[in-house]
Amino acid sequence: MNLPFFYACFGILIFLIGLIGLAIKPNILKKLISLNVMGSGIFLVFVALAKRAGLSADPVPHAMVLTGLVVSVSATALGVILAIRVKQIYGKAELPEDSR
Amino acid sequence: MNKTNLFQSLWALLLIALVFLFGGMLFWSLYHIPEYSDGLSTMVTQHMPNSGVKSEVTAILLNFRGYDTLLEIAVLFAALLGAYRISPIRLDKSLVQSNPVILSLTQYLVPIIILVSGYILWLGGHAAGGAFQAGAVLASAGVLLVIVRPESLNLKHTIYLNFILIMGLLVFTLIAFLPILTGGTILEYPRKWAGTMILLIEAASTLSIGFTLMLLFAGGRPPAGDN
Amino acid sequence: MIAVFEILFDILLAIVILWLAIRTVYIDNMFESIMSFIGFGLFMSMAWLRLGSIDLALAEAALGSGISGALLLMAKKKLSGSVVVNNNHTESSDE
Repeated sequence: MNLPFFYACFGILIFLIGLIGLAIKPNILKKLISLNVMGSGIFLVFVALAKRAGLSADPVPHAMVLTGLVVSVSATALGVILAIRVKQIYGKAELPEDSR
Repeated sequence: MNKTNLFQSLWALLLIALVFLFGGMLFWSLYHIPEYSDGLSTMVTQHMPNSGVKSEVTAILLNFRGYDTLLEIAVLFAALLGAYRISPIRLDKSLVQSNPVILSLTQYLVPIIILVSGYILWLGGHAAGGAFQAGAVLASAGVLLVIVRPESLNLKHTIYLNFILIMGLLVFTLIAFLPILTGGTILEYPRKWAGTMILLIEAASTLSIGFTLMLLFAGGRPPAGDN
Repeated sequence: MIAVFEILFDILLAIVILWLAIRTVYIDNMFESIMSFIGFGLFMSMAWLRLGSIDLALAEAALGSGISGALLLMAKKKLSGSVVVNNNHTESSDE
């Protein structure tokens, strides 16, 4: 297993870690952080698969991941503003406990 | 209580099984990807003399796939508009009185950060750099000022601030639609002017991205100001 | 010889990034989680360098670690605190 596939496997692992965190934790800020971790994992898979050509890496996925990084940061910022507004209205920024 | 515990542990088991299944499918699909692939790198290297810059990533971002970058700047602007609608700006009390160390550190750092941001912007033409990195560094200077001494920024909802925020999108759209006047398609820079146009777009976008990220950090629309 | 060092560096980087990611997601204390996330961003920047992309390393260090970290720290400060929900009843949503 050479370098690109090693990093791609490891990117998938990071994506799965973020996915479990997104599903389990009830705190909204923790969900936003897990979304960011998932995004970083996906970018790692993309750029790792771009290095399959050897030393001259394919620069098109680099540009796409740069775009994705900026969009992900702006989405996190908007999510944080929404979470603060939810807390102002409802008193806490967590999903309600199961009442079973 | 026992039934609730059983139910919750069944949900947890189902979640773990689903994640294993999903991860297994992803790893299986990774196994079937061909081991060597050139991708688009030969096509990019072949067309680099037409692009006007010497850095491949900058050429792809602003020339070959310029439409994606235009839409990305529009997405940043849309996020700022959403933030404007949701909440007013949250500026804490400035740290000037309570912490003079951080004030003098900020006074030294902010001009250096602005200089570094301009250098990274200029460097994007022939090495690693460009508009987004320079805009992010400029946003860090803005975040520092918002935390330490917000009144020095004088953030009010005036036409000057609005112009800075929209400048990146405006310049990019104008330059993108300019070739229609001379009979070409959009985003088709003339070869002689391609480098200059890319630098112009990047300079406008840097200012715009920096201020947008700073306002997204500060959390919303500034108070109304007299024009 | 250099190849052995390269493989060792990659494996160490992978272990550190995975440990930081697990720590970010599963620890309930918000402050430690955000600190792990900032460290995760910086080590991810090193991974981008290893995969041959300097622009991504710059952008990840500035945006993914710097701006995102500052944003989340400010969010933690605004989202934790006592809020009066009913008349005689104060609910605190600290972590």
